[in-house]
Amino acid sequence: MALATARVSMPKEVGKGDIVEIKTLIRHRMETGYRVDSVGKKIARHIVKLLTVTYDGEEIFRMDFTQGVAANPFVAFTTVATQTGELVFVWVDDKGEEVRVVKELTVA
Amino acid sequence: MSVAMKQTVSGRASHSALAAFFCVAAVVAAGPASAGGEPLPSGTSFLTQSLQAQQSDEATNPGMLWISEGALIWQTPDGASGASCATCHGDAGTSMKGVAASYPKVYGKTGELLNLEKRINLCRTSQQNAEPYAYESDPLLALTAFIARQSLGQPINVQIDDASRAFYERGKAMFYRRQGQLNLSCAQCHEALAGKQLRGDTISYGVGNGYPAYRLEWQTLGSLHRRLRSCSYGVRARRFEFGSPEYLSLELFLAVRAQGVPVETPAIRR
Ligand code: HEC
Ligand code: HEC
Repeated sequence: MALATARVSMPKEVGKGDIVEIKTLIRHRMETGYRVDSVGKKIARHIVKLLTVTYDGEEIFRMDFTQGVAANPFVAFTTVATQTGELVFVWVDDKGEEVRVVKELTVA
Repeated sequence: MSVAMKQTVSGRASHSALAAFFCVAAVVAAGPASAGGEPLPSGTSFLTQSLQAQQSDEATNPGMLWISEGALIWQTPDGASGASCATCHGDAGTSMKGVAASYPKVYGKTGELLNLEKRINLCRTSQQNAEPYAYESDPLLALTAFIARQSLGQPINVQIDDASRAFYERGKAMFYRRQGQLNLSCAQCHEALAGKQLRGDTISYGVGNGYPAYRLEWQTLGSLHRRLRSCSYGVRARRFEFGSPEYLSLELFLAVRAQGVPVETPAIRR
């Protein structure tokens, strides 16, 4: 359960053409790879490397992460409401673990 | 002591002579600032505006990640019983509402003082027939925070009774006793110096209403006992174990002292 939980906050229903604000959080320790343990051994890098978001099948957001991002990254962005459809959020970390969250957006 | 006592005095101003007597008694015994007066200010009031905003918005508070996990665990069967918490307790929004605000509490059957973490583990072992969670493990933090969240905004309401009095007195003595190489008591910081700066931080009244809390320094959610261990360490005093009788008694004293302060779990702290 390295990549345990993610949360996505956004409105459920919006008007066509509205700007929708989307806020995401994912639980991840974001181990930088620069630290050493108590006996001086390097702790391997383990970070979320990628977040992609599709809206009705089309990619609307992509973000590459670096070691500089704090634990449990918060990412917010906006998109324009075009039609009713699914937003699919996928986070992938260094170990290839994947977390998916699917949200329905209704455009009135 | 001065700041806290002023509050007590103003909070009791209308209660005339009897109140004045108790104020004097409180000064002598250095009693809890809140007893009978205004509730103590929450640690949240000492945060910057932006951290306060981040805490109060569920979409930006990272502690909410543990609330989500707690909600999941609540529904998941575990242990030899094959039962989930929900099997017996149903909807947490109903069954757990106000529960966290009444802890720590003495468990009638054994006379043991239980905080929420210990109470959860008691159900793990005696009801679910599962292994207890390790203190400070993510699942225990998640369940504790999830249950505390069901009391969001509810005033802490922990009373002293015959069963809990000895624990309370022990915690109170510890709060006012000078400790560690720096020879400071909890009260010297959390009553006398509340509102003052200590390095990069502002000292609060030492209220536990936001725990488990997301501390930026930890980069994770942590229990009240983890915070207490930081304070013990800060004055170079002995750090007691997580869930130790010492910190449990202290937690009880802090809760009684924080009577009326609303629960804010998961708080954000520096
Ligand atoms: C088989 C039924 C059962 C299961 C499963 C169970 N509990 Fe309980 N729980 C009880 C009973 C019965 C009590 C009443 C206290 C007592 O006297 O032991 C209780 C009490 C509690 C309390 C204290 C409530 C209060 O008002 O003080 C908490 C908190 C709690 N349970 C949490 C949990 C959690 C968290 C889980 C899942 C990890 C869980 N319980 C699983 C039966 C259960
Ligand atoms: C040298 C001063 C100092 C002493 C002595 C001290 N603390 Fe603290 N304590 C702090 C600071 C600084 C913080 C972090 C800022 C704050 O107050 O929230 C803190 C935080 C806390 C908090 C968390 C408050 C919150 O809202 O997050 C509690 C509870 C607490 N202390 C209790 C205690 C107890 C109990 C003792 C005695 C064992 C103690 N402290 C001793 C300085 C001190």
